[in-house]
This record gives sequence, C-alpha cells and structure tokens, in this order.
Amino acid sequence: MKKLHFLFGSRRTWAWPYVLFLVLFVVLPLLLIFVYAFTTPSGEFTIKNFVQFFETSEAVNTFIYSIAIALLTTVVCLLLGYPAAYIMASAEMKTPAVMAMLFILPMWINFLLRTLATVELFNIFGLPLGEGALIYGMCYDFLPFMIYPIYNTLQKMDRSLIEAAHDLGANKKQVFFKVILPLSKPGIYSGIIMVFMPTVSTFAISELLTHNKITLFGSLIQRAFGEGGLQMWNYGAALSLIMLIIIGLTSFFGNQDEQEAQSVI
Amino acid sequence: MAKPEFIIEVNHVSKQFEDGKFALNDVSLQVKKGEFVTILGPSGCGKTTLLRCIAGFQVASEGDILLKGEDITQTPPHKRPVNTVFQKYALFPHLNVYDNVAFGLKLKKLDSDTIMKRVRQALKTVGMSDYEFRNVDSLSGGQQQRVAIARAIVNQPEVLLLDEPLAALDLKMRKDMQLELKEMHKKLGITFIYVTHDQEEALTLSDRVVVMREGKIQQIGTPTDIYNEPINCFVADFIGESNILNGTMIRDRKVAFCDQEFDCIDEGFGDNNPVDVVIRPEDIYIWDASLEKKGKVEGQEDIDPDDRVPKGNFTKLYGVVDSSIFKGVHYEMTVKTENGYEFMVQDYHEYAPGTEVGMLVKPEDIQVMQKERLWNTFEGEVREGGLVRFLDEDWPVSDRALEPFSTGDKVEVRVAFERVTLLDHEDDGVLAGDVHFILYKGDHYHLTVRTDDGDDIYVDTNDVWDDGDRCGIQIAPSSIRLAKAE
Repeated sequence: MKKLHFLFGSRRTWAWPYVLFLVLFVVLPLLLIFVYAFTTPSGEFTIKNFVQFFETSEAVNTFIYSIAIALLTTVVCLLLGYPAAYIMASAEMKTPAVMAMLFILPMWINFLLRTLATVELFNIFGLPLGEGALIYGMCYDFLPFMIYPIYNTLQKMDRSLIEAAHDLGANKKQVFFKVILPLSKPGIYSGIIMVFMPTVSTFAISELLTHNKITLFGSLIQRAFGEGGLQMWNYGAALSLIMLIIIGLTSFFGNQDEQEAQSVI
Repeated sequence: MAKPEFIIEVNHVSKQFEDGKFALNDVSLQVKKGEFVTILGPSGCGKTTLLRCIAGFQVASEGDILLKGEDITQTPPHKRPVNTVFQKYALFPHLNVYDNVAFGLKLKKLDSDTIMKRVRQALKTVGMSDYEFRNVDSLSGGQQQRVAIARAIVNQPEVLLLDEPLAALDLKMRKDMQLELKEMHKKLGITFIYVTHDQEEALTLSDRVVVMREGKIQQIGTPTDIYNEPINCFVADFIGESNILNGTMIRDRKVAFCDQEFDCIDEGFGDNNPVDVVIRPEDIYIWDASLEKKGKVEGQEDIDPDDRVPKGNFTKLYGVVDSSIFKGVHYEMTVKTENGYEFMVQDYHEYAPGTEVGMLVKPEDIQVMQKERLWNTFEGEVREGGLVRFLDEDWPVSDRALEPFSTGDKVEVRVAFERVTLLDHEDDGVLAGDVHFILYKGDHYHLTVRTDDGDDIYVDTNDVWDDGDRCGIQIAPSSIRLAKAE
C-alpha cells in the first residue's frame, strides 16, 4: 500500500503517460525526420538531399511561392481582421460576444469540409479555381485566427489609456496610431503567427481550390512521401526539416517581439 | 470683454444615464483661478461624473460648463486646456517615463529642445528626475502617480483635474503625497479640482470643499466651515465623527436635547422648533463624576487636576462609560447617559468602562441644524373602500383620516418616522426596499429606506439594521395622516 501511495501520490507519476506520448509522437518522429534527412536510402550519412533541393529550381521556386502566398494570406487576414476586431472591441458595440461567436462559428466545422464547400461555391457561380480561389479560401479559413487574438488584446486594453491620450490633446487618429495600435502589437503578432504557420505548410486546401494546378511546398513534401516511394523519403524528410526551420524561425522572432510587447503591458 | 471672475463655471449641470438615473442633478459650482477645490462624497455620489464632464469624457445632459467664460460643454477633451490625473495613473505602458511625460508636448509639435526642457522641469517638480528612461512598469505606485502628475502639469493646463489620485496608495505614502500635492499647487499656481471620498484628505488639502451626495451638492465651503457648520445630517455624519441628536430650539440661543436645556450660539430657528443637534466627540469635556458625586471633593480642581474642563455655568450630562478604544492619540469612549442617550467622546484621558462620568459642551461647540423633514410626505389619491394610493400601492387608512375626503381626491400623505414598521421578510410588507443610509441619533436609528421604485421612506427605529439590508415596509392604517394636496 505504502509503495502504491508513493507511486501514485507523486505528481511526477501522473506525468509519465504524457512523457510517453510526447516521446512516441513528437520526439521520435522528429528524430526520424532528422536522421532521414541526413542519410541516403541505404542509411549512409549525406547532405545530398539538401543539395538536391537547392539545385532543383522548381523546388526552390515552389518554396518561395509558398512563403509569398502565406505572407499574402497573412496580410489580407490582418487587413480584414484588425478592423473587425477593433469594431468588436469598441465600446459602442452592444453585442461583441455575439459577433465574436459568429466569427468563431465556422471553426466548429472541419476545414476540409469548408474548403470543399468553397469549391462548390466557386463552381456554382462559375468562378475559376486557381490562385485567387486559393487565397480567398485560405483567408476564409484562417481569418478567425487573426481576429481573435487581436480582439482579445484590444478588449483587455485599459480604456483610461485612451482617455488619457485624448486628455493630453490627441485626436481620434492620433489616439489610434500612438496608443491603440502599439498596445495591440502582441495580438497582431499572435495573429500573424497563427495564420502564417499553418498557411505556409498547407497542401490540402491548395490542391482542392486549384485542382492541383498550383503546387505549394506542403504538396511537395506530401508527394515525396506519398508518391515517390521509399526512395524519396529522405528527400521528403529534408524538405520537412527546411520548413520546420522556417516556421521555427518565424515563431522564434514572433515570440521575442511578443514577449517584449507583453512585458510592457 | 470683462475678465471672467471664475476659471470654471458649472451651471445647472445634470447628467442622466440611459437607465434614467441621475448621476448629476442640477449641479452648480464656480471655481476661482488658482483655487484648490475638492469634490467630496461617498462612492456613487456623482463626483467622478462631474469631473469627467469638466474633462470632457462625458457630456452633460443639461446645463453648461464654462472655462474662462467660454462655453466648453460640447468641446471634445483634446481641445480643452485641462489635464487629468487618473486614479489608476493610466500611464502608457509602451512608452518610458520621458516619453509618457512628453506625450502631450509632442502632439503640440514643439521642438525637441523645448520638450526636453519642459519634461525635465516637470519631472523635477515631482521629484522623478533620475527616472527618465525607466520603464513605467518598473515603478512603484507612488512613483507612477508622480509621473502621471508630471505628464499632466507639463502641458501647463489652466486647470488640473485629479480623480482620486492617491486612492491606490498605502496610507503613509498617501500622507506624504498629500503634502507634496499641496506644495505643488502653491508652486505652480494652477487651479486644482480634486475628487476624493476621503474626508480627511479633503479637509487637509483644499481651499474649498464641495460635498456631494446622490448627484446633488450638499454644501460648499472651506474645510473649517464644512467641519464646524455642517448644513445637514449627511454632511455632519460624513465629515468626521459626530453625535447627532434630535433637539428642540426653545428660543434663540437655547436648545433642548437629552431632556435638558443647553445654551448655544445659534439664532433664527424660531421658537420650539424641532432641530438636529451635532456635537463633535472631541468637543465634549469629560471627567470622573464619582468623586464629585460622593462629595469627597469640593473644588473642581480635584476632579479636573489638569484644568481641562471649562468652568462656568454649563449644563452637565452624567452617564457611565460603556466602552473605550485606544486610537493612538486619544481614547474613543461611548458614554450612556442616565436618560438613555449614547455619546461618543474623544479624550486624551481614559475613563474605563463602568466609570461614572460627567460631560459638558461649550455653547459654541453645539451645532444646530434645520431638520430636512419632520415626517414622510407622499403624493396620494383617495380610492374606494377606505384605501389611499401612494408609492404605487393601495394602503388602508382609518375612517377618521378619510372623513374630509372623497374618492378621487388628491391628498398629501404624512407618516411619522417612528410609525413606519420594517419587517425582516420583504414579502410580509406592502412594499419592499433596501436600507440606504443609517444615522445614529443617540437613542435610536434614523434610516433611509429606498423602495424598488426609487422612493425614499424615512424610518426611526431601535432595531439594528445594516446598510443594504432588504426589508418589508408596513404602515398601520391609524398611522397614516392625510392633508389636502396643495
């Protein structure tokens, strides 16, 4: 009994299942990607996989194009999302909760279903699928991720700061650019990260909304694993690693800025 | 144009919120240039609303506000030459101390040399010179408030508005800052309008105090006026400690309370008129009466070795000390008199509970006030079946009271304070309400009970109720008097 109590009484014991889960499904796969990326199919060490990527202009172009699309999506989401969040957080809004709900509601439905529905909508209205449809679809899917963090920071902002700025002689525009915008930076950063990261690695949305006409980096990886056969796994692993590094870097810089912004609030 | 006499004039300003409640109800106030005026009142009295109307954050529903004779009622806050110090400082967290203070000057597009000079000067005034490049979050509450004051005064406003600026500081810091604010006011020569709920702060700092309650100004006066000559029970009770008693003005300079007659210095209240009497606890002289009564001593020197009690032909009260608390400098004692009245007395000497004591008050320390009302009055209408409708309810009334009236007559309903019955269960009463204000009158409580419709009923009772208690209200038919409506 005493032993059992010792075993289950400790909080550390309860962490074991999670540690096991993390090792099995996060650490191990990451290690495998790392190992595969730096080996040949026969298991010897090589950097050929990375060289191959940088030598294939198509792959590099796809990579740059994916980042451009992701950036564009992020910018559009920001331009649409900030005003929406601002209006919702403003004092004149009587039912901000309902509005927030309406923006969040589509997220209850799986994004593949929503994307398929978007495809159907384009078909019904006879609109061509392609780049425009892709950006439209991604903005539609990821807009809530931009609105919500910005809305949160704006809502939590001390109203007396706005009054203080008015009191010190700032007109509405000056209040916005000198107080509200700088103070909503943390929300903007989280929004950017939450939109940019998933869009840069997306492949299903792009395939559905462009009839496979546009290949994004995510699709490249997917094809390396899915269609290339075992021979291509090492190359696919190298591509995954490159993408991981890019995402890692953006979130790292994002976090730094965010912490800085957070520390002043 | 003639130079206006007042820098700020608030003329009949009312502010009504969407729910129909008045935050300000016909408020008028004039402030002279360079004056330190404090608006004092309990929370919810409208003092902050008044300040916000002057600052421009809220627009008055009625009336107008003049600054140096110019109407600024509708002027947006950023165009008013006034600056505000907020209760929670409201410093911009993304800017350092220097940039916070420079915020207003930069908006005015002054050159950076002038800005630097003025910011440094302002920071020096508040004693924060070494903190220019500190993050505002790294500062203590007191330091943040200094920066907030610097940020306001750097703009050289005509009027500085301070909204409970010291409320968030601890007591010691608050006392220090009070002195510094007073110094600053002297040095800068700017008009200060200061909002607080702390009566001591108001008395310490101000040239004039404005006492507010429920959106209305109760009294405006110098701290000594407000303290020594409170205009009504609310002011007397709110400012400092006081004994408030029912009394009768027998004639000029003669008032009766506690079943005894006292000399006083008040005149013009008429003969045999009911009044309220206020006696401050520190104005009561107290001595050990057992020695005096037993006849062991003869001269007053023996009962009063320190020669504190004034000699002369004063009316004396005798009683027994009920409780005594040490308050630091003085003892606060409750004394129950022979005829059942309780007095709060403050004295440097302690008289232990159980001690028989004598008390007296000098005539000039007895403050007599006109009673605000002598009974409850309501507008009513006679209904069929011996009922009178008032306060939105039908109340049975005695036949005798109804005799001169017929159905449909408008009447004035009068109910004596002590004839209103309060019940523990709200369902047992004809009406329900909350205890809103409690005044201890020495031998009973005078309560203000607010009904759910917002009407006030005044009740005298011996029962102890707490502020905010829910109660049922009942009035016996025989207690309802009717008079012809005017």
